Amino acid sequence: MEIDRVDGRTANQLRPLACSRSVLNRAHGSASWSQGDTKVLAGVYGPKAGTKKNENPEKTCIEVIWKPCTGQIGGTIKPLVALFLTNKFDGIWDIIFTLKLKGNPEKEYEMIVKRTLQSICILTIHPNTTISVIVQVVSDDGSVSFMLLPCAINAACAALVDAGIPLKHLAVAICCCLAESGYVILDPTKLEEQKMKAFTYLVFPNSILSGLTEGSLKMEGEPMEHAIITSVTRGAMSVDDYLHCLERGRAASAKMSAFLRRSLQPQVSTDSSKAG
Amino acid sequence: MGLPDASGDLSLEMEVDAFRRLFPLRFYERHLAESIRPDGRPLGSARETSIAPGAVASADGSALAKIGSTTMLAAIKMEVMTPTIELPDEGCIAVDFHMPPICSPIVRPGRPSEAVPVVSTTLSDSISSSGMINLKELSLVSGKAAWMAYLDIYCLDADGAPFDAALLSAVAACSHLQIPAVSLNDDGKIVVVSEEDGGKLDKEHVNREKRKLTLRSIPFSLTCILHKNYILADPTAQEESIMETVVTVVLDSSSHLISLYKPGRAVLASTSAVQDCIALTRQRVRELLKILDEANSSMEVDKV
Repeated sequence: MEIDRVDGRTANQLRPLACSRSVLNRAHGSASWSQGDTKVLAGVYGPKAGTKKNENPEKTCIEVIWKPCTGQIGGTIKPLVALFLTNKFDGIWDIIFTLKLKGNPEKEYEMIVKRTLQSICILTIHPNTTISVIVQVVSDDGSVSFMLLPCAINAACAALVDAGIPLKHLAVAICCCLAESGYVILDPTKLEEQKMKAFTYLVFPNSILSGLTEGSLKMEGEPMEHAIITSVTRGAMSVDDYLHCLERGRAASAKMSAFLRRSLQPQVSTDSSKAG
Repeated sequence: MGLPDASGDLSLEMEVDAFRRLFPLRFYERHLAESIRPDGRPLGSARETSIAPGAVASADGSALAKIGSTTMLAAIKMEVMTPTIELPDEGCIAVDFHMPPICSPIVRPGRPSEAVPVVSTTLSDSISSSGMINLKELSLVSGKAAWMAYLDIYCLDADGAPFDAALLSAVAACSHLQIPAVSLNDDGKIVVVSEEDGGKLDKEHVNREKRKLTLRSIPFSLTCILHKNYILADPTAQEESIMETVVTVVLDSSSHLISLYKPGRAVLASTSAVQDCIALTRQRVRELLKILDEANSSMEVDKV
């Protein structure tokens, strides 16, 4: 199933990755991550004393703040426009009211990033503290900000490493796209997104280099890096297509985790003075 | 939970209730090892489910869905709007999910629960991508008038798996929905035909009589908890607070995967766990289809 992509990539090829750490001066840890024209900046502050309400004080609480690159409200604007067109102003207050109540889609991304980071951090080391992760979208090559999720998770993960937060392992996030004809492409751009019928966002743990024996790193006969931390899908697809996406995502995540490790390693060995 | 051995010994001398409160995770694990849950359910089975269509008389379509004690009330109100220029032949559905403070001790007034935006977007996404409602059916006059369906779902009791109950109530409300009869008046505006003057045929009727929507593939969902190697279907709020990793699978009645949602948390899902969750959901879809059919047919009988 050969397909042509606008930018001449093969179906499995990712856009050029770039990652730099310690880009912010005041933050305890920061990183920028870019995939092609999409760029996300993440800053980490903490662990600060005290947890938020409704959080378990025996563990570290993670707080994620998502800042979009523009101030628009995305999908919720459509019904508003429809109402303006019909001159039905009495309904507008309902919508403005619900907008206020529901917040914006960023709330959802915040929660997905938060839960993903919770799974890679060792939360019991600093009980009753809060780690703030601020995700700032710098440039967005995707029509919906939902497409930024993988990029944001990768950036946040690198920023956590930069801040010296104890982690179990790293996380690698990837986006797979399914076209009408059933072929799968990885890491779509804005142009490609529009033609696709379904999307899958997957986050995998990276492979651990450790002294542990082979067997302890496997779960149910699968290597640990094949297990799923986070999975979010949009659009209808068959179960087989999903499993196919899973396979392709895994193969690509191995490359990405190698890249992430490479870009984090040299700095770890040289700038240990920054730790204080 | 830091002292599993100590709790193991204590379980012999402690009262069951004290053990449950002090070592909730250990209490659950003891049950899970015996393939049973504290409420008497096997691991893979959902709670008792019921649907009551037509719970709100003033709405055009409504339903009350209960899964165990999780209760959701969904209601649809139809309004006429001008369709967008890009899609002149299509109506529109606006989904809104509410979690008022009465539904759970976690929700506080004035401060929306963090689950709300997630449930809300996944709901509208499931409804649109399953293609359950043909938006062309909501069109009245091409480019001039179409229906806007406001689907509001209120959570009355959040006792675990809020998304499953919300989707079930939304689907049931859509299947109960009756589109009101409307006609075009002399100014070219759409007016609702009231029951009494429905017989007057001098007006041009756009939508002659109340009609139902034809639902194509209907989406249903099942939330599972992953804990170690166990998969617990349809968790209660207590189970969700003790074992945090949840996976929500949405399948439609033609077995397409609409959504597979696992937002992080401690336990990693292997491929076989994902496949098991999907298999459990398949089974659940069949159950829910039957429950929905029964609820709708009993509604028909009531009318006659």
